[in-house]
Order: sequence, then C-alpha cells, then structure tokens
Amino acid sequence: MTDLLWLVIALPLLGAVVNLFFGKRLGEPVAGGLSVGVVVASWAIAVPATLSFVTGSGQVETIYLFSWIPVVGADAAILWDPLSAVMTMIVTGVGALIHIYSLGYMRGDERYPRFFAFLNLFIASMMILVLSANFAMMFVGWELVGLSSYLLISFWFTKPEAAAAGKKAFIVNRIGDWGFLVALMIIFATFGTFDFGTIFTTAPGILTVGAATAITLLLFVGAAGKSAQIPLYIWLPDAMEGPTPVSALIHAATMVTAGVFMIARAAVLFELAPVSGAVIAVVGTLTALVAALIAVSQTDIKKVLAYSTISQLGFMVLAVGVGAYTAGVFHLATHAFFKALLFLGAGSVIHAMAGEQDMRKMGGLRKMMPVTFITMAIGWLAISGIFPFAGFWSKDEILAATFAKGGAFIVLWAVGLFVALLTAFYMTRMFVMTFLGRPRWDGGTHPHESPATMTVPLIVLGFFSVSAGLVNTPARLAFEHFLEPSFVGVPHIKGLTLGLIVTLAVVSLVVALAGVTWGWLAYRRDELPAEDGAFWRRSLEAFAVDDFYGRVIVAPGKRVSTWAAETMDPRVIDGAAHGVARGVLRFGSVLGKLQTGQVRGYAGGMAVAGVILIFVFLAVGGGF
Amino acid sequence: MAETIVFIIFAAVALVGAVWMVMAPNPVHSAIGLLAVMFSIAVHYVILDAHLIAAVQVIIYAGAVMTLFVFVIMLIGVDTADAYGPQVPIQRAMTAAVAAGFFAAIALAGRVVWITGSAAFGRPNLSGTVEAVADELFGTWMVVFLSTIMLLTIAAMGTIALAYFHEDSTEDEASA
Amino acid sequence: MIVTTTWFLLLAAALFSIGVAGVLIRRNALVMFMSIELMLNAVNLTFVAVSRELGLIEGQVAALFVMVVAATEVTVGLAIVVAVFRTRASANVDELAEMKG
Repeated sequence: MTDLLWLVIALPLLGAVVNLFFGKRLGEPVAGGLSVGVVVASWAIAVPATLSFVTGSGQVETIYLFSWIPVVGADAAILWDPLSAVMTMIVTGVGALIHIYSLGYMRGDERYPRFFAFLNLFIASMMILVLSANFAMMFVGWELVGLSSYLLISFWFTKPEAAAAGKKAFIVNRIGDWGFLVALMIIFATFGTFDFGTIFTTAPGILTVGAATAITLLLFVGAAGKSAQIPLYIWLPDAMEGPTPVSALIHAATMVTAGVFMIARAAVLFELAPVSGAVIAVVGTLTALVAALIAVSQTDIKKVLAYSTISQLGFMVLAVGVGAYTAGVFHLATHAFFKALLFLGAGSVIHAMAGEQDMRKMGGLRKMMPVTFITMAIGWLAISGIFPFAGFWSKDEILAATFAKGGAFIVLWAVGLFVALLTAFYMTRMFVMTFLGRPRWDGGTHPHESPATMTVPLIVLGFFSVSAGLVNTPARLAFEHFLEPSFVGVPHIKGLTLGLIVTLAVVSLVVALAGVTWGWLAYRRDELPAEDGAFWRRSLEAFAVDDFYGRVIVAPGKRVSTWAAETMDPRVIDGAAHGVARGVLRFGSVLGKLQTGQVRGYAGGMAVAGVILIFVFLAVGGGF
Repeated sequence: MAETIVFIIFAAVALVGAVWMVMAPNPVHSAIGLLAVMFSIAVHYVILDAHLIAAVQVIIYAGAVMTLFVFVIMLIGVDTADAYGPQVPIQRAMTAAVAAGFFAAIALAGRVVWITGSAAFGRPNLSGTVEAVADELFGTWMVVFLSTIMLLTIAAMGTIALAYFHEDSTEDEASA
Repeated sequence: MIVTTTWFLLLAAALFSIGVAGVLIRRNALVMFMSIELMLNAVNLTFVAVSRELGLIEGQVAALFVMVVAATEVTVGLAIVVAVFRTRASANVDELAEMKG
C-alpha cells in the first residue's frame, strides 16, 4: 500500500508540468479535469495507507525513493507515519475540493490552465514538505511552497496590488526561511545528518539545552514566517489579492499549517527546550489576540477571514508551544475544513455579488443563496466553537492543555478565552452582515446561487466541519491514539482529568455563546451600528503595523540601497571596473603588435619554445 | 637478424616518405608520401609486437584519414603555386635549425632514459593483443574511453555545423 | 646487430623533426595538416616502443587515444579548410591574417 506513495508527490507534479506546457492546447475542460484528476488520484492513493493506521495494521515506515545527497543523510525518502498521513489527507482532500471549486470559479479566465498548473505545483510542493524524511528535503518542499504561493497570490499580476502582495508574501517568508536555514546549519553541525530518524533518536542524548533552544527558536522563526505569526504575519492579509480558491488553499488548508506541522514534526527537539516552548506559546497567544482585535472591524469579507486565520493559527502555535502537539494538529485539521469552507463560501458570495467584497454592501443574501447560506452557517458555528461543531472540540482541547500547564500559563488560557469570545463575535458580525438583515447592494447586482462545481465542495466541507471534531472527544481520544506513533518520546500533558476538561469546555462554550449573542444583538438590526471611535479606527487600519514596518525597516533599507546604487556603484564599483578595463585596453594594444596573423610565425614560435623547454628539462633533470 | 633488416628497410621508407611529403610541391604527392610513412610505421608496430595498434594504424590512418585528405584535395583542387613561399629569406635556414634542434633534443632525452639502466630490447615479453589492450582500455581507462565518445560526438557536430551553416553566412555576406 | 628501443626512438625523433619542418615551411594548409599527422605518428611510435621496453600495455592504450584525438582533429581541421576555401577559394594560410593586431 505504501509502495505507491511516491505517486502522491509525482502525480500533482506531472499535472503541473503537463498543464504548464500543454495547457493552452488542451483547452479549459481537459486542463482543469486533468488537474483535478491528479489530485483526487493522489488522495485515493493515500487513503488506504492512512486507513491502515486507523485499523492498527499500519506502521511507521521510511520509504526510500532514490539517493540524493547521501553525505548529509538526505535521501529522497518518504516518512510515512500518522502525522504525515493526516497532513496528506488534509492537503490532498481539501486540495481536491478546492480544485473542483476552482473549475467553476475560474471559468473563462484567460490563463485558466496556468492557474491549475500552479495549484498542482502547490499540492506537489506541500506533499514534498509533508512527506519528507529529512530536513533537507523538507526545506526543498518549504521553498517550493513559498514559490508556488507567490505564483498563486500574484496570479492576477496585472493588478498592481496582487503583484505587490505576491512579492510581500515572498519576501516576508524569506525572513522566516532565513531562520529555518540557520537552524538547519546548527542541526547539521550538531548531528552531522539531516535524517529525522537519527536526529530524533539521538537528540535527547547529545543535545544541550542551549543548542536545543537555539535550534528550536530559529525553527520557530521559519514557522512564524509560513504560519503567519507575530511579527511576520503581515503578508497574509495582503495575500487576499489572489483568487479566492487560492486564499482557501493557502490560508486554510495548507501553506500556513506548514509551520505548525514542522514544529509538530520536530516535537522531540522542542521538548528539549522549555524556554522555546514558552516563547512560542506567548507569541501564539499574542498573535491570536492581535489578529482577533483587527478582525473585529474589517469590512472586507476576505480580510475578516484572513485575520481570523491568523488568529486561529495563533491557537495552533499556542498548542504546540505548550506541548499539546496532538491538539495543535487536531485544530489544524478541523480548521482546514471549516476555514476552507468559509473561504470558499465567501468566494461564492463574491462571485454572486459580481466581485463586491465589502460586507456593508451585502446583507439579505440568505434567500438568494440557500446552499451557501447553510454551509456558511456551519462554518460560522464551527469556528465560533459551538457544541458539537468541529471547532469546539479542537479549540477546547488547546485551551484545556494550556490551563493544565498551570502557573503563568493560566494567563495565556485567559487571553485565549478572550480571543474565543472575540472570534465568536466577529464571525457572527460577518455572518449577519452578509446573509441576514435587509439587502444593501445596488439595484444593478443580481445575486444568484453558484454552480454545482462550487456548491458541492461547500457541502462536503460542511459535512466535515460538523463531524471532524468527533474523532477526538474527551470521552474517546481516537485521534490522539492515532497520532501516537508520530510522537514517540514526547511526554503527555499531565493533570488533564475528565472533570477538568468538561468544566473548561463548559466555560468556553458559555464564552462562545456570549460572543455569538453579543454579535447577534449588535448587528441583527435594520441599521448597521456606527463603528466609530478610536479603537475601531485603529483596528480598521490593522494598528498601522505595515506603516510601522515601513518606517522602521523598509525606509532605512531603501536609503541604504539608494546610496549603494547612486554613490557606491557608479563611483567605487564602476570606477574599479572601468579602471581595469582601461588598463587591459592599453596593455592589449601593445600586445596586439605581436599578433601578425602569420600562422607559420606562431608555429615557429611554438617549435622554438619546445626545443628550449626540452633542453631546460634535460638540464634540470641532469640529462647531460 | 631478419628483424634488423626489416627495420632498416622500413625506417628508410618512412624517412624518405616523410621528406618527400614535406618537399613535394603537389599536395597529392605529399599525401602519397604520408601514406608510405604510415604503412611503414604500422610495420614497426608489428616488429614491436603491438598487433592491435598496427591494425588500427592501417585502418584509421592509411584508410580513413588518408581518404579524407585525398577527398579534400580533390574538393579544393590541386594548388601547386607558392608551395613553399618563404617570406623571410632565412626562413629555410631557421626551419632547418629548429628541426635539428628538435632531433637533438629528443635524441638526448631518449639517451637519458635508455642508457641509464636499460636492458637489451625485447626482454619483457609484452604482446599487444586485442585482449591485452582491451583489458586495460575497458578497465583502468574506462572513463577516458567514454569521454572520447563525447569528443567524437562533439567533433561530428562541429563538422556538420561548419559544413551546413556555412551556406547561410555566405548568403548573408552576399546580401550585405 | 639487434634492433633496440633506441633505434625506434631515433627514427621517431627524425620523423617528428621532419614534421616540424613541414609545418614551418609549407603554406598549404593541407600539407601543414599532414605534417601534424606525421608528428603525432612519431609520438605514437615512441609510445609503443617505450611500452614494449617497460612491459606496460598503457603505452599502447595511450597510442590508441592519440589516434582518436588525431582523427577528430583531422575531421574538424579539414572541415575548416573546406569552409575557408569556400569563402576565399584558397588554402593558403598566409592569406588568413584578418586577426592581425
């Protein structure tokens, strides 16, 4: 069953190559169909291999593909364990649904085959990242994911904002990549290999606390870039300039989870560095809080979802920070379903509103778009953490694990609870403003339900948003047992009794209901409340973080570049180059006189030199 | 003794052929001179028990390379005028000096090696059969052998490029 | 009188020197090429003779490689001669002095 797993990477790659080179000739339906087909096939190949873990017959194995850089312990090999199985299921499963949705969403786009080529490339890169059996291959996937996200975000590159957003995502991610790269260097210097198996088994023996802290903090810099944590989260809201399926693919299901996945994969190393764990937990909580505070005031439906994604990622990072890796991966999985659902639903709404993204100009869409309405309602309740939807179980588990850590972590728990309240509030705000109330759009628009290729993925995702949480209820920790083989040597969270869990669950459910009620009361009226005041203004401009970065980092950088380009380059660099060139010219014109053009002259010179050299060698060798 | 006689005869043929090649005004005569040299060198290889090399010498040099030369001579015509054409009066003298210098140098170099500690010729019984050469060629020198494949391919491509793309450039010149 | 390696070496030296002289005094590109072939053959003879003297087969292998290189060189060289001849109807190397500095 695992013999075919290499196809999970190879098939999307093949789809990308074929679409890239022959897409135009294949035409819309064939190109799109091929692209969907390869991803569905990847998923279908991975299903039996994943099920073997569920039934208990599967075991962790490393599948050797081919020798790549054996010196550094980096072969092209697949590490197939429950963690990579879960990620594969999410990436190919949700990815396939997003592909199907794109069939309808992108219909008629000029570069339709190109879009599907990029989508396939993204899936392939993600699979390389997820299935890698060593850090080097993971880094390759990591960079490829960055590349394909750049290509996808700036897909409509004729829009200046889209091009800028793509560049921003790429550059901010590079800062994270720097951290990852340095971490890899330290890992290699310490272990002499990149192989996961060797590193994770020998780490407790040879890694000092200092080295572990350095490695894990640098790895976290990488994770913060990909998973949009403070201070590197700024690329994600701008990335909304891409087509909506891209937002769903990048933000919900896959790319942003890469950082969380990487931390979970290296859980053994993070366990050795308690300081890093604390730092990560604090950063995650802060990110969740700040993003939620910004999301509250956004009027662009996709911006709300973008900041909510950052906020939810904060939760995941908090989870892996406190050592609740299972809870983090669990939330990653449920979030992939309901956030993809919300993004695709938002895309359906935008599609229906002929490109309008401002929620103030929506309202009353319930009747026109029943399928979108119902599925979005599920997504809304799931992310708000209402029992028994998926988000409730996973978010609650994170908060419970944080609480169980005790000490100062109780503060993080409280902040997390507050963020849960905000989440319920702003999601209710978004939902009510979009679907309920009286219509606020112009007479010219005629909202309509989207085609089946778009609604069917919504329904499937809606089903999972309801049910995915049930795989890991406090009463039956099926998911946790499932993931156990991936976290050998990682201690369980202590002090989590069933009574404590239930109490905390009730608390967070009450908080979530309070948030929903608050939002409902504030926005379920005919007139939208005036969102005025210092907080709303600051929040709407996202606390001017971009501005701050612009003044503190970008502007000085620009000054240095300008100096280099206008002073350093023409005077020093060009000066040196020109000086050398002039010297060479002068010398050459002297030497050119020797160039008579007479071939036999040259031959004669060679012959004379040959004779002289032989005599010299004889003299040196004592031949006379 | 027979060996000595054969050596002397074919050494003489080789030297005469070589001189004739250099001196003959007509390139066809030069080619015939070169052919004589190559055949006699093949005979010397046989004396040296290098049978494979001898065969290859006949096939490649006397066969392929000489045919190529004759073809090209036929293609571009026999051009006898100004066969030597020394620009500088003392060119011939200089040439003679350089050639003599080379001979002296090589002979001296040979003396260095062969007079010091060399036994009489023929004591090591080495036979250059196909098997012996192939063992070495496809063993130790495999990579070098393979790289000659690349060399030959590139040479073939270069020749085709010279022959084929030439038409275009003359047309360009004509139109320009 | 017995043939020794020295004889072969002297013969090779003589052939090589004649080749050098040919390159230096002839102005016909074809004959210059022939002279170069002569020089290569002389070297080959040295290789084989020394191979026999030392009992090492490597000398013959080297001779084989020299032949390959010589064949390649002749092919490309003659192609150049033909190409040059087509543009200027002459195989005289003294007329090819465009690159004069």
